[in-house]
Amino acid sequence: MLAQTVAPIPSEVVPPNYSLAGLSPLIVLAAGALVLIMFRSVMKRLPEPVERIATIAVGPVTVAVAWVVAGLVGNAMPLTGLRSDIGTPAFVVLAAVVLAVAGLLVSTMRVRFDAIFTAGTALVALAAIAELWRDHLWQGYYRADWSAIAGTGDRPEGLAGNPVGAIGDQFSFDGFTLVVAGVIVSAVALCALLFDEYLRREGIDGPEIYVLMMLSAAGGVVMAGAGDLIVLFLGLETLSIPVYVMAASHVRRSESLEAGLKYFVLGAFSSAFLLYGMALVYGATGSLNLGEIQSYLATVVILDDAMLLAGLAMLLVGLGFKVAAVPFHAWTPDVYQGAPTPVVAFMASAVKVAGFAALVRVFVVTFGQYRLDWQPAILALAVLTLLVGAVLAIVQRDVKRMLAYSSISHAGFILVGVHAAATTARGTAAVVFYLAAYAFMVIGTFGVLTVVSGRGDRRTSLDDLNGLGARRPVLALVLTIFLLAQAGVPLTTGFVAKFEVIGAAVDARSFWPAVVAMVSAVVSAFLYLRIVLSVYVGSPAEDSETSAEARPERVHPAASLAIGIALAITVGFGLFPGPIDRLALEAIPQLFAI
Amino acid sequence: MELTNDWYLLLSVAMFVIGAVGLLVRRNPLVMFMCVELMLNAVNITFVSLGTELNDVSGQIAVFFVLVVAAVEVVVGLALVVAINRHRADATADDISVLRG
Repeated sequence: MLAQTVAPIPSEVVPPNYSLAGLSPLIVLAAGALVLIMFRSVMKRLPEPVERIATIAVGPVTVAVAWVVAGLVGNAMPLTGLRSDIGTPAFVVLAAVVLAVAGLLVSTMRVRFDAIFTAGTALVALAAIAELWRDHLWQGYYRADWSAIAGTGDRPEGLAGNPVGAIGDQFSFDGFTLVVAGVIVSAVALCALLFDEYLRREGIDGPEIYVLMMLSAAGGVVMAGAGDLIVLFLGLETLSIPVYVMAASHVRRSESLEAGLKYFVLGAFSSAFLLYGMALVYGATGSLNLGEIQSYLATVVILDDAMLLAGLAMLLVGLGFKVAAVPFHAWTPDVYQGAPTPVVAFMASAVKVAGFAALVRVFVVTFGQYRLDWQPAILALAVLTLLVGAVLAIVQRDVKRMLAYSSISHAGFILVGVHAAATTARGTAAVVFYLAAYAFMVIGTFGVLTVVSGRGDRRTSLDDLNGLGARRPVLALVLTIFLLAQAGVPLTTGFVAKFEVIGAAVDARSFWPAVVAMVSAVVSAFLYLRIVLSVYVGSPAEDSETSAEARPERVHPAASLAIGIALAITVGFGLFPGPIDRLALEAIPQLFAI
Repeated sequence: MELTNDWYLLLSVAMFVIGAVGLLVRRNPLVMFMCVELMLNAVNITFVSLGTELNDVSGQIAVFFVLVVAAVEVVVGLALVVAINRHRADATADDISVLRG
């Protein structure tokens, strides 16, 4: 018989330390989702003028709320310092100008209330994250040993601040969490603007998709800061379940429903694997807490580690599905092709970023001790992913399918970075840089596709892009820049990201993954050039639909703003990668220990 | 015969494998959801038996989270099936394959 004793509940239960500041991005996202769904279920349809005023009001209100939230979150930062200036004439004038500009910007965007509300919520969350990041850096600067490096100009060691527990050690945030969360909420803001264009065109009304997106982003933030395997699992499910629904959200198109069902079935399959891995790791180490697992593995030599290794393998399978690593990639092309294009932009950016954040935190940080066991597996996944993604992309005829395979091959690049991250800190920085760069590139690419794919997302085959250069020269140019960035052409973030990953792999002395990555980059360059070629050189098919849409109306201002921001980031930080580079170097994942 | 902890672990492995294989070979979406449930419940058995063996309460607590998430997943999955059946009755996973290539 099993022992009948039930585990005793610890006699003194220590309540965890809560830090509202650390939870603020989550609170903002969840509150935004709640307010939006409640507001819109009370008021199904606002009268036209009221909706217009409410929409414009979102601009100034966002700025004001962001300022207040940032002030509440920050400790000794400039925004807080400004608080003493309230009431001075200069401050009042400045505030009035800023608020007016915000309102004006929103009114020129001609965007629906739901979309701008979501973008505003994401901006407030971003402000909170920026304040946390500044606090984090200051904490690091205070701790750093400046005397040791006086005059050498090197970065001092231990520059990153300590991780801070937001709910005890269950959910903590460090530099890595903050950067990942920042990328996720930026993706929410940009995708909200793309959704506006898409929903308007498809004649869909309703706040559901925005609410789901905010909830999903909250799950991503939880994943990025999870300090416990169960919290990680909850974050993953909170991230994934809304995305299943979003993929199927165009209920009149059977492709969209099919994409949703396929994503759902394989997603549930993979989370079962992930959970089984967690259970086995729990059995082997006696804890679900990442910090406790790490210290257990550092102090205890497990003689029979079969259970632990099986658990690690299952965890890798589960997360491999999420980030679409070969051989767990089978869902990706179908889902990317069938789901609404802005949803794909969100999946390829936020979901992938959160998946890799979990991969880094679990494997590189927690199981760093066991890296000799998991590194070969990651390496095999990386090489397979790079090659299969690049080669299969070439034989596709549908642009969304092509980009799905290209996102698989990007995942291979990031896996090379994860492999290197076990041996060198530069690897983690490369992963963070690649994730940030790729998120904006892919949002931009799918943003342009949202605009050109026409009603019902029907015109996404390679032939449909023929003659785009003549019909819509600006969009064609922007698409070309994004594709070149994905190919890794210099002067874009895509190049710097690939350079960082390969540099990190060389630093880690793993040369042949670097070679495979470079070969795969060359192969996928062919794919991007093929799309560019069809945009500029291909002759348009002269069917009635094409000629009817030969002179399409202008791109909606909201969508062009989203694409413009993605473009500015891709090219701007491609020319001057310094700021993101520093961000990535200081985004060091650590585990919080009480 | 004494029921040691290993038997529970073996049971959970068997359930997990049955669920995984079932998901891959069955074509009816509802049966596929059942297979997912089987896999998740296999995980629950693992958590409970390991928690008992380790004399640690967090294994039992984990089960509650898994149960809730499993329920949520089924809600979403059934909603998807209903939406698809509005398009076409009796859809099996083989019929739902516009997307391929």
